[in-house]
Amino acid sequence: MSQPAFTFPRPLGQLIEHLPAWPPSFAFTRILNLALRQVIRRRDLQALYGKRISIHVTDAGLHLHFTVLPTGFSAAAGNVEADLAISASAYDFYLLAMRREDPDTLFFNRRLVVEGDTELGLVAKNTLDAIEHPMLELERIFPRHLLARMKARLWV
Amino acid sequence: MSLELVCPAGNLPALKAAVDNGADCVYFGFRNSTNARAFAGLNFDSETAKQGIRYARERGCKVLLALNTFPQTAQWHIWRQAVDDAVELGVDALILADLGLMRYASRTYPNLRLHLSVQGSATNYEAINFYHEHFGIQRAVLPRVLSLAQVENVVKHTPVEIELFGFGGLCVMVEGRCILSSYATGESPNTAGVCSPAKAVRWQQTPKGLESRLNGVLLDRYGADENAGYPTLCKGRFEVEDETYYALEEPTSLNTLALIPDMLRMGISAIKIEGRQRSPIYVEQVTRVWRAAIDAAKRDAAYYAVTPDWMAQLGKLSEGQQHTLGAYYRPWK
Ligand code: SF4
Repeated sequence: MSQPAFTFPRPLGQLIEHLPAWPPSFAFTRILNLALRQVIRRRDLQALYGKRISIHVTDAGLHLHFTVLPTGFSAAAGNVEADLAISASAYDFYLLAMRREDPDTLFFNRRLVVEGDTELGLVAKNTLDAIEHPMLELERIFPRHLLARMKARLWV
Repeated sequence: MSLELVCPAGNLPALKAAVDNGADCVYFGFRNSTNARAFAGLNFDSETAKQGIRYARERGCKVLLALNTFPQTAQWHIWRQAVDDAVELGVDALILADLGLMRYASRTYPNLRLHLSVQGSATNYEAINFYHEHFGIQRAVLPRVLSLAQVENVVKHTPVEIELFGFGGLCVMVEGRCILSSYATGESPNTAGVCSPAKAVRWQQTPKGLESRLNGVLLDRYGADENAGYPTLCKGRFEVEDETYYALEEPTSLNTLALIPDMLRMGISAIKIEGRQRSPIYVEQVTRVWRAAIDAAKRDAAYYAVTPDWMAQLGKLSEGQQHTLGAYYRPWK
């Protein structure tokens, strides 16, 4: 198994792990709503309505919990078992979001773990794949300098 | 044109990736069970199909529609409608497996080009010529069960163009006939357009390893350093006489880059890349490698050699991250 090219520094990961999950989930759903509002037709996500989804950024120790509602993505508390749980490192999530890596490939070599309702995972994957541009056009969401800093960190 | 590169498109970005990276043809399916990749969220509605066809046409790429499942009596109209819609959209050819659908398509639209799907399971020239005589089939996709010598024999005895699988996931050697998935879930590719329907699949991290289950049946348990595969019954590890192993088939992908000069010499018309269920980045990478390889072999077949770089790129994308020449290369028949 090849090593991911970037992992979060451990102390930072441990620090994030001890923060309550709710504020990051809230920020994350804000970003998702901003990024995806214009590119996903709402009905394509219908199968996900009301489902609890959790994203685990393994090396950052970050757990994000949210649900999909007809009105958009909404943060949720993390104390209930998710219908769909996706785990990967920050770098691999970044590669996926930027369409640099194929999810099945990451899955085959165990860098991406999907647990729970597989059909929900497939709906999510196929819906994101069908979007014309990379899932997160970061340029549109983040101010330039922040983006440059993030890139610099990811490409050490 | 000899040896066309036929690439998969599960959605519009994948179609564009195929076209942009040198596919001669792309193939796609509608958003229902009329094709063998009927996964949630995958495939084309009429709007995206229109856009995709336009995009491909403007760049000189042909578009094929897979209608390669077998209609159930009660839903015959869905398949018939799909043929009508395809004609309306103006696809270059239909890829069909069912005899009734072939009859309908060839009688209603005599000028429509028809390809025989791999699901039709025609492995000898008599069968292929039958489809040709009765329905005017112009191309047949051969199941991945024949050796190259057998393929060559088919090519010599039929006027029908022959298309071979070049790269991608492998089915165990009973294409068009496998009902393993139906055995566990009631649905299989030929009936419901899907092997191992996602609603029946569960992945779970356990203390013993990552487990995949199909409708409760344990398919495999992967240790921390083992590569995973698709959750299909044919690629599960089973206990047979006190031994637990891949009793049917190992998770592996077909990769026939090395055979391109042979295919050119034999007069094969097209090479098909599997993977409509894969993401646009897969389509982009595989198409790019195959385009380069086919061009190199066409330039000079005698000096053609598979580069380590091509192999590395394709190896990374393979299920189980290993590959095989499949049945094409084997001493026995
Ligand atoms: S069980 Fe295996 S051989 Fe059978 S249809 Fe599914 S993938 Fe193909």
